[in-house]
Amino acid sequence: MLSTIIFLPLVGAAVLVFGRPAPRAARALWLATTVVDLVLLLVLTAGYRTPGPGGLAFAERTAWIPSAGVSYHVGVDGLSLPMLLVTDVLFVACAVWALRESDRVPRLGALFLALQTTCLGLFSAQDLILFFLFFDLSIVAMYAVIAGWGHADHRRSALQFFLYTFLGSLALLVGFIGLYLGADPHTFDIPALVAQAQGGATLGGGLVLGAILLGLAIKTPVVPFHTWLPPAHTDAPAIGSAILAGVLLKMGTYGFLRVAMPLLPDAWRSWAWAILVVGLVSVLYGALVALAQTNLKRMIAYTSVNHLGYVVLAVGAAGLVAPDTAAARQIAITGAVTQMVSHGLITGALFLLAGTLYDRAGTYEMDRFGGLARTAPRYTALFAVGALASLGLPGLSGFVAEFQIFTGSIAATWVAALALAGILLTAALFLSAFHRMFTGRDGPDTRGFADLTGPELAAAGPLLVLSLALGLVPGPLLGVIRPFAESVITALGG
Amino acid sequence: MSGAWLLALVGVPALVGTVLLGLAVRRASAGATPDVGARARGRVTAAVLTTAALTVLLAVVAAVVRPEVAWSFVPGGGFGLGVDGLSALLLPAVAGVALLVLVVAVAERIRPAARFHGLILLFVAAVLLTLTATTLPALLLGWEVMGAASWALIGFHWRDQARTSAGVTAFLTTRSADLGLYVAAGAAAAGAATDGGAGAGLSLAALPALPSPWRDVAAAGLVVAALGKAAQLPFSFWLSRAMLGPSPVSALLHSATMVAMGGYLLLRTEPVLAATPWAATLTAWVGALTAVALGVVAMAQRDLKQLLAASTAAQLGFVVLAAGVGDVAGGSEHLVGHAATKALLFLVAGLWLTALGTKRLDALAGVARWWRPVGALFTLAALTLAGLPPLGLWVTKDHVLAAAAEHSGWLYAAGLVAAVLSAGYAAVAVRAVWGGPTDRPKHGAGWDTEERGTRHVPARAVPALAALGVGALLPVTLLVPRVAHALERLVGASGSSIPGAAEMAVSAGLALVAFGLVLRRVPPPVLGAARWWSLEAAAHATVVRPVAALARLADRFDRRLDATVIATARATRAVAAAAGRFDVSVFDAAVVATARATGAGAAATGRFDLSAFDAAVRRLARSVGSAGRAVLRPQTGQVHQYLGAAATLLAAGAVLLAVVRP
Repeated sequence: MLSTIIFLPLVGAAVLVFGRPAPRAARALWLATTVVDLVLLLVLTAGYRTPGPGGLAFAERTAWIPSAGVSYHVGVDGLSLPMLLVTDVLFVACAVWALRESDRVPRLGALFLALQTTCLGLFSAQDLILFFLFFDLSIVAMYAVIAGWGHADHRRSALQFFLYTFLGSLALLVGFIGLYLGADPHTFDIPALVAQAQGGATLGGGLVLGAILLGLAIKTPVVPFHTWLPPAHTDAPAIGSAILAGVLLKMGTYGFLRVAMPLLPDAWRSWAWAILVVGLVSVLYGALVALAQTNLKRMIAYTSVNHLGYVVLAVGAAGLVAPDTAAARQIAITGAVTQMVSHGLITGALFLLAGTLYDRAGTYEMDRFGGLARTAPRYTALFAVGALASLGLPGLSGFVAEFQIFTGSIAATWVAALALAGILLTAALFLSAFHRMFTGRDGPDTRGFADLTGPELAAAGPLLVLSLALGLVPGPLLGVIRPFAESVITALGG
Repeated sequence: MSGAWLLALVGVPALVGTVLLGLAVRRASAGATPDVGARARGRVTAAVLTTAALTVLLAVVAAVVRPEVAWSFVPGGGFGLGVDGLSALLLPAVAGVALLVLVVAVAERIRPAARFHGLILLFVAAVLLTLTATTLPALLLGWEVMGAASWALIGFHWRDQARTSAGVTAFLTTRSADLGLYVAAGAAAAGAATDGGAGAGLSLAALPALPSPWRDVAAAGLVVAALGKAAQLPFSFWLSRAMLGPSPVSALLHSATMVAMGGYLLLRTEPVLAATPWAATLTAWVGALTAVALGVVAMAQRDLKQLLAASTAAQLGFVVLAAGVGDVAGGSEHLVGHAATKALLFLVAGLWLTALGTKRLDALAGVARWWRPVGALFTLAALTLAGLPPLGLWVTKDHVLAAAAEHSGWLYAAGLVAAVLSAGYAAVAVRAVWGGPTDRPKHGAGWDTEERGTRHVPARAVPALAALGVGALLPVTLLVPRVAHALERLVGASGSSIPGAAEMAVSAGLALVAFGLVLRRVPPPVLGAARWWSLEAAAHATVVRPVAALARLADRFDRRLDATVIATARATRAVAAAAGRFDVSVFDAAVVATARATGAGAAATGRFDLSAFDAAVRRLARSVGSAGRAVLRPQTGQVHQYLGAAATLLAAGAVLLAVVRP
């Protein structure tokens, strides 16, 4: 069942490539595939029962390269399931958004479906080589999306994205090989490696963690490895940006929780302060740079650096092992995973909405607009909700995530309280962006700005509704995440 | 099941508000002018007033039933709502003021109605949530949504940049203070853990039991958050800017709700303050100082709404002072009494603004005479605000001052000064609105400077104003000891200080004298007070501008960082290109040269092969041939020659043997 969910989009992609359907049929097939995949995943979720400590639900394993200890091993737990869900939801939203797309639709659809398979595969991979494979393929697919369907300086941006993140993936591979060599018996199987690490074996020291961290840090991205992100976003098509920010960036933070922390607990503990500080810097620096932007997409891109900085802060704080902070650090981890889900929904929606600007006026410069509240009330309302969600207003999912991250991290160390300035800065920048574009006098590009169309509304709206639902009733999601957070804290020891 | 009452209390206005906002978006996108049909508008106002009335009813029920409800929200922190004595007192008051303000707002015809009333209802829901929250997550939800709704309400007329930026100022200033609540939550979680169990669950009631230093951190966070919302020093400036919002918004936000919630939070968490003496002292002094400093500011204002705004901060100073000295009963009395009084004042100021298009005091000269009932109600409220005996705020303020006196003589003295100032600024307002011609002239100087006046004060607003007037008078009943004791029991305070007759006489006398003096002559403004002590300029200079500069700096740095990455990539490519060139020029050339050399060698070899080697071979062959022929020469076939040869060979062998043998 899990493998079906992972590879169903790939089958759809193959049909799109070899079937050569008309654009209309291609759009329908693309959307249908993502919807069916989401439905299957929901069915899977309905049957999900929290596996025992270190266990996996719906695990499937087949030998692949037995001589090197590599197998096709997939399964889900409290970290994977929320990420799979947010992935499928975002891909459905993109397929809906693309209902008005006309540029080489079959190929675009095929590319997105293939990308979906790599994302789903990565979030369920339980083998390092499998993880690496999906990690790299996702980069290739995203490169093609930006280079093929972007605008402005997209070829250069795409190349920068590809080279930078590919470099990161190489560092990751080096780290994985280090883990393999450190394991006895040699294996790439994640649960087996976790078991070894739990058994007291040291799979690798600071260097192995360093290589893995470098790879993940570039992908997340954290300061100072983030400079590929703003150009990639600015020049990517709306749906490309939504997936890049909503799903692909999470692969970095996912790697922290899936690989780095449970497999290298000793090294993680000794690096915890460095990680925390990098997270803190990302939070503050990302927000500050975002505040200075005049280009909406660049601004949102930098808020991603800020928002994922909270996740890094939380996983860093979780490594500050002290006897009486286990409960607090567990809250921080739960918050980190919640943030990954919440940021996917909110930033996905915001990037889709930002795409509307370029679509209508060919620019993302905020000062070209003004007074859009009159011409585009639906757009205004949706953007306002998205902005409030992104600045962490209670009642929306961002608050649930950030409140837990702050509560847990501050309880672990007071230094984390410095990150609170981040939510003030994001409030300032989103309010000022909102006022630049939607209130005041009309700007040069305000005239004739069409309000959101049906597909646009149907794509971005549900993402924000989900954010609201999670903001008011986070219980079910947190119930899934919590056992995983517990296992991470146990793995870190102390 | 009683929890359902609470969910309804918060949920009904929230839901209706959201539906109205959805409706507003739909109407706007349908291309309708803001002024849609009267029938549609009637439906909106009916829905709003019904909801507000229902909310009052639910608030009363909640105050009586005292429901509680809680569910798990985040790990280690529940979402809890409940009603205790303090909130039982405040819930009906807040819901009632909200209803009356909405009645006047409907009469004022603010457009577009659906958006305005939707936002107001959402705001009210957030306030009710704040009032009933028993845990930090629930409090934060109400607290911050209230801030966000205030942003949208103050900047309601969004074409005007000054108004929208006033909304942003309000939201950002109060949110900076709100960070204190996040810190408090972190401290609560940390403290709960060190205490050996996560039993605290981030509930407000558990905060006083936190171990030190976490209790101190939590107290500091709560105090900062409350001071920000209550517009106390140094946050007061946002209140001044917020006056650009529609008047009913000012009447609601700055009387019974947003600002009042700052005072409420301190009263609610008074046990934390009591357990943390330094925080209590700090709170008391900030309250007293704000009451004085903003009282001076109010005296200096020549704009009615600005005067009222400054007086709101000053009056909240008494509530904050009460919380600091542990007088929950006095503080909550003053909070409720001030809510009704100030709502009335703001609403009347708004009606006059709509009618004459100005809120400047000199332009309003005589306005109280032209619409008598409204003018009379305004005056009643102003006299109450002045603290004149036997009106409401005189009673409640003295209650607070008595508690302050028990704490410190200096606090009491500061409180008395603030009381004198209250009488003074109230007199400034009263003097202005009565000091003009008996009959309204056709056009007055300074009218229509802010908007086009309607020259009309809707009579429909008067009953609501009268009801607020009654509310302003209610605290007078506290003079009856039984009522005062009942209220103390209600809010769970015991042994509150009851002011002595002498103290009450002193404050009454001072207020009367000050009021009379200012009525005769308004003193010149204290230097700097007219500009609110330049608090906003200070905030800009110390926070806003440095942060903006830092952001620009970070942006420049970031571009340079990106340039560095690109340069590194370029350098890598350059190195690769150089390597490529090196490859072509040196290696390849070397290889080619080697190949050439090899070729030449081969050719030379070939030549050598042909000339020398081949010749040698041929020569060898020739010599072999001649040798062969030479070998054949001895084969003559003649035996004697063979024998001679054999003998020669044997002899040579024998000689060799003889020589070689040792």
